Amino acid sequence: MNFSEVFKLSGLLCKFSPDGKYLASCVQYRLVVRDVNTLQILQLYTCLDQIQHIEWSADSLFILCAMYKRGLVQVWSLEQPEWHCRIDEGSAGLVASCWSPDGRHILNTTEFHLRITVWSLCTKSVSYIKYPKACQQGITFTRDGRYMALAERRDCKDYVSVFVCSDWQLLRHFDTDTQDLAGIEWAPNGCVLAVWDTCLEYKVLLYSLDGRLLSAYCAYEWSLGIKSVAWSPSSQFLAVGSYDGKVRILNHVTWKMITDFEHPATITNPKIVVYKEAEKSPRLALGSLAFPPPRAAASPLASTESKYNVPNAIWIWDIQKLRLFVVLEQLSPVRSFQWDPQQPRLAICTGGSKVYLWSPAGCVSVQVPGEGDFQVLSLCWHLNGDSLALLSKDHFCLCFLETEAGSVQPSDSWAATGRTCA
Amino acid sequence: MGDWMTVTDPESKNISQNTSETKMSPSSLYSQQVLCSSIPLSKNVHSFFSAFCTEQNIEQSISYLDQELTTFGFPSLYEESKGKETKRELNIVAVLNCMNELLILQRKNLLAQENVETQNLKLGSDMDHLQSCYAKLKEQLETSRREMIGLQERDRQLQCKNRNLHQLLKNEKDEVQKLQNIIASRATQYNHDMKRKEREYNKLKERLHQLVMNKKDKKIAMEVLNYVGRADGKRGSWRTGKTEARNEDEMYKILLNDYEYRQKQILMENAELKKVLQQMKKEMISLLSPQKQKPRERADDGTGTVLSDVEEDAGELNRESMWDLSCETVREQLTNSIRKQWRILKSHVEKLDNQVSKVHLEGFNDEDVISRQDHEQETEKLELEIQQCKEMIKTQQQLLQQQLATACDDDTTSLLRDCYLLEEKERLKEEWSLFKEQKKNFEKERRSFTEAAIRLGLERKAFEEERASWLKQQFLNMTTFDHQNSENVKLFSAFSGSSDRDNLTVHSRPQQKKPHSVSNGSPACTSKLTKSLPASPSTSDFCQTRSCVSEHSSINVLNISPEESKPNQVGRECTNPKWSVASRPGAQEGCYSGCSVTCTNSHVEKDD
Repeated sequence: MNFSEVFKLSGLLCKFSPDGKYLASCVQYRLVVRDVNTLQILQLYTCLDQIQHIEWSADSLFILCAMYKRGLVQVWSLEQPEWHCRIDEGSAGLVASCWSPDGRHILNTTEFHLRITVWSLCTKSVSYIKYPKACQQGITFTRDGRYMALAERRDCKDYVSVFVCSDWQLLRHFDTDTQDLAGIEWAPNGCVLAVWDTCLEYKVLLYSLDGRLLSAYCAYEWSLGIKSVAWSPSSQFLAVGSYDGKVRILNHVTWKMITDFEHPATITNPKIVVYKEAEKSPRLALGSLAFPPPRAAASPLASTESKYNVPNAIWIWDIQKLRLFVVLEQLSPVRSFQWDPQQPRLAICTGGSKVYLWSPAGCVSVQVPGEGDFQVLSLCWHLNGDSLALLSKDHFCLCFLETEAGSVQPSDSWAATGRTCA
Repeated sequence: MGDWMTVTDPESKNISQNTSETKMSPSSLYSQQVLCSSIPLSKNVHSFFSAFCTEQNIEQSISYLDQELTTFGFPSLYEESKGKETKRELNIVAVLNCMNELLILQRKNLLAQENVETQNLKLGSDMDHLQSCYAKLKEQLETSRREMIGLQERDRQLQCKNRNLHQLLKNEKDEVQKLQNIIASRATQYNHDMKRKEREYNKLKERLHQLVMNKKDKKIAMEVLNYVGRADGKRGSWRTGKTEARNEDEMYKILLNDYEYRQKQILMENAELKKVLQQMKKEMISLLSPQKQKPRERADDGTGTVLSDVEEDAGELNRESMWDLSCETVREQLTNSIRKQWRILKSHVEKLDNQVSKVHLEGFNDEDVISRQDHEQETEKLELEIQQCKEMIKTQQQLLQQQLATACDDDTTSLLRDCYLLEEKERLKEEWSLFKEQKKNFEKERRSFTEAAIRLGLERKAFEEERASWLKQQFLNMTTFDHQNSENVKLFSAFSGSSDRDNLTVHSRPQQKKPHSVSNGSPACTSKLTKSLPASPSTSDFCQTRSCVSEHSSINVLNISPEESKPNQVGRECTNPKWSVASRPGAQEGCYSGCSVTCTNSHVEKDD
């Protein structure tokens, strides 16, 4: 495992391009684009104010930099450094900005969620979408980039609008049977939309692309409900984490619960490996010794659980066997974790100077070298899974992992972000 | 009858006190007196009788006694009257007999009284015991009653508690209901409020929207150097009804694709499952068909027909090979056949279970289970072998015991035993060492003996010298010559020349003194003989016998215990000491040490 030198960074803004060739990072109002392999600076753009958000276009040709305070979005082209684009939302303000999947449209959400403006880079046309709902996850695009679902609120009722992204035509518009819709998410196959209600009520609704209600699921009543929802990469399962400390797995045929995973305080099953971070050891100590059988294709699901209101543990379940597989107990609360896009490997950071990697073979923690304390607050994987960007408050560095000869097929690794920061 | 009572001396007052009735016949008084106590009786009776009969009223007394006695069934005190006029004579014999009878009666009565008293005592103690028992039981009853009361109280309390808890539960339920109602009402209120607020919010939003958007905000704009081409390279198309329709089409196409994909997957899964099912079925058939004859023979429970059905079905299915079709009929057939087979299998398994249990119950006569039978045979064989071995061991033990019991005096058996009992030998060795020690002790003793003998010899010498001088004197004095004396002198002179030890042995046993041949007189010969140890007794030589005796006396110490156990063997053992040591049973140790000396002596005596 090798580490690059440490580069400056601000606002935890550091992103790999979708094609995996470039790495964009922000330092105050400057945007730096580097080559991933050499880490040489390829481009350096200067924005009008401190950058608060950056996003690569899907084709890795453009980067948008949002300055919410000023209601500004600046777009830069990698191919044409002299090309520039500036979008000013004016007095309407700006709270969110994102690319459409085609990489030629920018969706800006104004303050108070008054509307969403769709700016095109190809034509002068501007589209407005009224009544967007201010919620946890109000916009979702299908994987193939064809459709966008948008949560709306009109007359105290929730609606979902499905747009065709190619021409922003409204395809479907339907109301959802929710009290206060909290989030929507497309299944990876782009045919099923999961809609969940506010935390006051446990309710998951599943809609087909054409707006038909496929199923509704409610685990219990009169208690705090859903915390987070995640689709499996195969679209076969929907994991629903809720405030009762359970993760429920729904299947895609009957949309009924297959199983539920608890977060027991003590783990008695000797087959479950518990990795506990030891107090002063540089490596993670093995809490219990068990040897899980080798698996052909791993499909784990991870979630963190709050312990004393701080999420210190990561729980990984084996979806093939539908049982708890591994528990990683960290000393400090988990700040961020992300699955390797290529294989069942999980990278975790806890705000310390170490980065933790888990794979079915075991668990390692690596000290980030360099003078001073490098507190890893966030991390992101490179597309091919052989490098990892580690972000601290003011710096970032790349961590290169030894790549095996044969590249692993894209696995159906699946992390449920059941993080709680109560 | 009352007059005699006045004459009673003061001594008899206590009697009158005892007898509350003063006007009583003397006999009754007497009897009461007898019953009262035996100790004051003799005295009182005496005084009483002295008072009863006086010089004056002998006649009356006698007649009264006669009357009384006759009423009690005693013979009359008077002689048989011959005439009415004649005065009846007192029959002394009868009186005496009566008295004797009365005394016997008295004794009997006393005995009976004693018995009654003891019985009374017994009964009294019994009574006490029963009373204590009664008291105890009463106490128990009381305690149990109290316990019962306590339990009842507790029960009542618990019931009370239960009622309270029930009440509490009900209250809680009510509370829950109330709270739920509150929650529901709050929820509706909240929703209502939320809606109201949202409406307000929406109004505000609308207003803001109008304010912000309608002002023709010039700031809201996009500056772009030049518009870029679309990602797909096409030009944007106008929004028309056509595009809408196309979008719809596309959407449905996507949905269709997805459903097709899913259907394909489901079909594949189905095919897999069917394959598994088919395989299972085949295996079931193959599993069931060879065994179906037997169950048919054994129990006619209709499995046979089902089986044939199944086979037909299977044949049909195989013929038609309808695996790719998933029409309902095939499915039904398949599921039905599988169900049937499953039932058969189940019944078969159950039957097998029953058989197994039967086998367990009945024993081991099931011919089907060959391995079990083999196992049983094997175990039986092994058991037989064990039995044989045990018997062999038993016979061996018996033989050994017999040998021990019977063959003690036989040389060959002793030799055999020598071979057998090695550990006994070991023990004997130990004893041998003990014997040696004993021998040493004896030797010491003998030495002290010899020393004493030497002293004696010296004294004797002195005495002999004295005697010789005396004899000389006599010889000188007397004219006649006693032959025997001269022989004695000769003998003594001969012995005086030999070793002290030999002298001792000879002289310590005076009865051994025999008139001896002169040839033994040489001292060299005797000294040599003392060295030759186990001499055979057959040698008639005197000195050899002596030495042998002396040897035996030491050896015999070792042979005490066998001799004690078998006194009849003494002689032999003494003659062959080595053998006796070897054949000595090791059980009797330690008893010889105490009586060694005396025994030795006695044996020596016997030997001689």
